[in-house]
Amino acid sequence: MRADLEIINEWIAPGSRVLDLGCGEGELLAHLTSEKQVTGYGLEIDHDNLTACIENGVNVIEKDIDDGLTSIGNASFDTVVMTQALQSMHRPDLIVDEMLRIGRECIVTFPNFAHWRARGYLAFRGKMPVSKFLPYTWYNTPNIHFCTFKDFEQLCVDRNIEILERTVVDHQHRHHWWIKLWPNMLGEIAIYRITR
Amino acid sequence: MPAVIPDDCVGLVSPECIHFDHPLELSCGRTLRSWDLMIETYGELNADRSNAILICHALSGHHHVAGYHSMDERKPGWWDSAIGPGKAIDTNRFFVVGVNNLGGCHGSTGPNTPNPETGKPYGPDFPILTVLDWVHSQALLADHLGIDRWAAVVGGSLGGMQALQWSISYPERLQHCVVIASAAKLSAQNIAFNEVARQAISKDPEFHDGHYYEHDTVPRTGLMLARMVGHITYLSDDGMRDKFGRELKDGKLSFDFNPQFEVESYLQYQGERFSSSFDANTYLLMTKALDYFDPAGEQGHDLAAALEPAQCRYLVVSFTTDWRFSPERSRELVDGLIAAGKSVSYAEIDAPQGHDAFLIPIPRYMEVFSGYMNRIANALPQPNGDSRHAR
Repeated sequence: MRADLEIINEWIAPGSRVLDLGCGEGELLAHLTSEKQVTGYGLEIDHDNLTACIENGVNVIEKDIDDGLTSIGNASFDTVVMTQALQSMHRPDLIVDEMLRIGRECIVTFPNFAHWRARGYLAFRGKMPVSKFLPYTWYNTPNIHFCTFKDFEQLCVDRNIEILERTVVDHQHRHHWWIKLWPNMLGEIAIYRITR
Repeated sequence: MPAVIPDDCVGLVSPECIHFDHPLELSCGRTLRSWDLMIETYGELNADRSNAILICHALSGHHHVAGYHSMDERKPGWWDSAIGPGKAIDTNRFFVVGVNNLGGCHGSTGPNTPNPETGKPYGPDFPILTVLDWVHSQALLADHLGIDRWAAVVGGSLGGMQALQWSISYPERLQHCVVIASAAKLSAQNIAFNEVARQAISKDPEFHDGHYYEHDTVPRTGLMLARMVGHITYLSDDGMRDKFGRELKDGKLSFDFNPQFEVESYLQYQGERFSSSFDANTYLLMTKALDYFDPAGEQGHDLAAALEPAQCRYLVVSFTTDWRFSPERSRELVDGLIAAGKSVSYAEIDAPQGHDAFLIPIPRYMEVFSGYMNRIANALPQPNGDSRHAR
């Protein structure tokens, strides 16, 4: 399993109800369903991913998250997960609000735009950072709302969101002791567990 | 008609008439003492009888779902695009049952069959049926076939409503429920279209209050109009534009009231063909069953509560340009299933063909449908040896 999913897996209680926003091929849900008796649904718009979920026996709903989640009831899930998609939302703040409305807890992961490599790219080349991990150019990137760990934590303060847990890792989702020294400079991906 | 039967077709098939002496109590309060169902089956029932699929038909459908009755038949069964060896519903792996619903006009007991009490056709005295009544009759058919539990009950449009009703009324008797281009209830607009169709039929002077059999006539004009309205609502605006545009039959305007646009002659042709092959009383009955269907209605309009008894997994599919059974209606169903904590997957297929799309083998639709059905097939006990049905 993908390393970030391993970390998320540990944060999800057995038997809980899970909604995975942008669930890809349903790897996390398939694992949670078989190992933790979780009832879960994925939301997905990519056609190939959707078919893969169906073939894998994962509950998947074709739905564009940007259209809103209003049809899903308040507190109807124990955990709402969104991995590496927050930065591609039209209004990440509203999505986080919605996630916290429908879920008791949320798990969010996103890339840190203040990582030293991104900072260096912009500082020295004067161009928007392009990397193997984030390979898009500014005009075709789906990632339209980049933020940093500090930015996200500011949003949490402004919106009264409680951060229950945070893990900061490199782009391969590995832990390193030195990331903890200066996460907003050295960490590439953050995994937050939040509630309200 | 086929010159040769394609490899992925079930081939030549024969219908079968099953007689039931089991009294069937209907939602309207009346009872059918004895009744017949016409069915067709494809593939082979496996040893533990776990690979059976029930196909529920829509308004104008019947038991002839796939294959050909003879080499002279003009077209194969109505869902041949999805059912056959290697197709979405793979008859090499599944035992498929098609049934003509009660009240139908293709051999099952209905308005055009004799009422045993009078010896004359039931006509308008045939009881008004509901989706629930059909499901009860199909459950008795399952008993007759020795099928305790369907691997899946599958249907599009009105057929999807039957599949949904199955999951609520007989939760332990199906593992999967596939609901395509359907709804948990009709909208007012949809009921309105049905009422136009019914008025067209009942106001036809040849209708004779439904007793047209005795007058040796049929309300052809009314049926034709009903079907024409239906056809308009089964296609999308874009679909009609692509198919007909403003093309003229003879290339120029004729300055009279004869059909001259291609779309006019298409509708007339479809209407006329239908009016010579379908029973008007059946049409009225089927549209009523559509209008009445509302399982949430008895649960204070709480769909999630109505779905509570269900135990199966669901696949729900809709088509973007379908405005007769729009994606919104499917999304309502999906929301209800999620709220009830049921297993469901939902795909919204981008297709220009409107409601008709559910009968068309659109690549992405077939990918999703096959993906779901294959998973069901893979979970069946694998026969040791070669009990797989070969054609």
